[in-house]
Amino acid sequence: MRTLEQTTQEVLDLASKHFNVPAGSLAPEDDFFKKLGIDSLQTLEMLSRLENHFGIELPDYEVQGVSDFRTLASRIQSRL
Amino acid sequence: MLDLSKYQSIGAALKDALDEFSNEVCLIESDREREKERLTYREFKSRALPLAKALQDAGFAAGDRAAIIMTNQSKWLISAYAIFYAGGVLVPLDYKLTPEEQWQLLEHSDARILITEYPIWRQLNAAEGRKAAANVRTVLVTEAPPNAELAEAKRWEEFQGSGEPTLVPRARKDVACIVYSSGTGGRPKGCMMTHENYLEQCVALTSLYPFSPGVRYLSILPTNHAIDFMVGFFGPFICGAAVVHLRTLRPEFVREAFSKYKIAYVSLVPLVLKNLQKGLQARFDALPPGKRRIFDALVAINKAITKGRPRLGISRRLLKQVHDPFGGELRTIIVGGAFTEPQTLQFFYDLGIPVANGYGLTEAGTAITVNDLRPFRADTVGKPLPGMEVRIVNPSADGIGEVAVRSRTIMSGYLNEPELTAEAIVDGWLMTGDLGRFEPAGHLQLFGRKKNMIVTEEGKNIYPEDIEAVFESLPVKEFCVFAANYIWPQRSMVGEQLLLALHLEPGQTYSEKLRRDISARNSKLLNYKRIHGVVLLDEDFPRTASLKIKRNALAEQIAKLDRATAFLPI
Repeated sequence: MRTLEQTTQEVLDLASKHFNVPAGSLAPEDDFFKKLGIDSLQTLEMLSRLENHFGIELPDYEVQGVSDFRTLASRIQSRL
Repeated sequence: MLDLSKYQSIGAALKDALDEFSNEVCLIESDREREKERLTYREFKSRALPLAKALQDAGFAAGDRAAIIMTNQSKWLISAYAIFYAGGVLVPLDYKLTPEEQWQLLEHSDARILITEYPIWRQLNAAEGRKAAANVRTVLVTEAPPNAELAEAKRWEEFQGSGEPTLVPRARKDVACIVYSSGTGGRPKGCMMTHENYLEQCVALTSLYPFSPGVRYLSILPTNHAIDFMVGFFGPFICGAAVVHLRTLRPEFVREAFSKYKIAYVSLVPLVLKNLQKGLQARFDALPPGKRRIFDALVAINKAITKGRPRLGISRRLLKQVHDPFGGELRTIIVGGAFTEPQTLQFFYDLGIPVANGYGLTEAGTAITVNDLRPFRADTVGKPLPGMEVRIVNPSADGIGEVAVRSRTIMSGYLNEPELTAEAIVDGWLMTGDLGRFEPAGHLQLFGRKKNMIVTEEGKNIYPEDIEAVFESLPVKEFCVFAANYIWPQRSMVGEQLLLALHLEPGQTYSEKLRRDISARNSKLLNYKRIHGVVLLDEDFPRTASLKIKRNALAEQIAKLDRATAFLPI
């Protein structure tokens, strides 16, 4: 079972790979809309990648209003 | 399609539609790759009437208000029909608002009943704002797990009356819905839409985009939005067509739905349409040179053939590889909620996929103009719909002025806001605040806004006043939020931005600490509501005797500054 820290790190790694930003340039408290310059649609794409990676289903309502990696990771963690 | 001229209300028209098309499929609900539900009109009726009866048994009567906060799904439409059947006024609210904003609108609308989904209720129940909305006496929650903590809420599935409910008659001029066009800040704008507004709009729209049994509409825009309410509920239902709901709106499931359910119509916001364009363009660019040349030649042939009007059958055969992933039945993509760039519209039309772009406001009852595609004109938002009178007020030398509209689809006013209503509707004409002109063939072209607001590519209306609360107690002398294009008019409907005007304390500088503070507050706002930059001012803001900021006067002061140097991105 992953810890929240591990999950958060995996979310950051996956986001940096998916959006082609240098590894290590993203932090848990970062606002992913701002930091990655992405829109809501690109966020949905990222969620699909995260679901595949963690092997979970993340209902849309669970990520409603979430804009930072840490909260996103905690929502994922609760479904692992 | 039913003859809507015979009907006084949405409820009465839907009642007959449910009987007329009883064996046809009306709703399909899918979650990821799983189909959750498929209902005929008869089954829809058998689900809705016990709910209508339970509402009536609970004392819900003509003119009482009931709010729905749900994602797009069958229970949204079933609940709405039950509310109309019982003579109620529907208050459709945006499920994407924060719980505090939702409670604020629930209080403002004076809704007696709230119908919502369990995950939304969990958040609403925990929010502070709940205390203020004492008017909400009954809460119905769908899909709650068996051991869920519901507080005082009841399970939607168990809220059923026995026996026949009574269809409560309503008059055409009675309010059918209160639709919030914006204003989650100090002054919510609840548009009071009458039954007549919807009946008339439905006749106009279905004359251009006909539905019939077997035709399927993919419902993606939120159903509380005027467009989806019309083309994803009322329109298809009175024609016996079907609506497809997806519980998970990920691009891969949306793509799959087109071919799986043979979708004929879909409504999208410009952001999604542009994304589709990007995806298709990338596919075309990846073609080997030989195949690409053939493809380009086929597109050129299609363009020549469809110059005067769409020819779907030919386009589908000619550009099979483009049309097949859309299921082969797609007739029109309806794009709305915000302005769409002409090159995006042209891109799809050249591929033989007609995009119906138009122009509308919630206040005007969904659409004012729609491109009738005969011929297709990417540089305009089309001609006025039947029954719409549109004129340009105080045009300048180049013919551009404020767009004003008069029709039987215009709202009766803003709820509890006679002053705002009087500003918006002058001598029966709705003043839209948008700038436009008619070109010689009678198509409307838009050129920016006169009003202090922006519309995002996701179709969200943002009024600067509504987001100022997040900057309260900012350590500066005073601040004010504006739409940048309102200050420095631009003849454009895209790329709109919000700015924060700041007047610092004497001796204070715009430090990195202050910038970080603004940035942190900004990030608390939903992403589409965020400010893009700061403008620094040296003088006190002009204020009224009651110390309210004179926004117009302040805007004029800021306008004297050069945007290129004064606008500091954050």
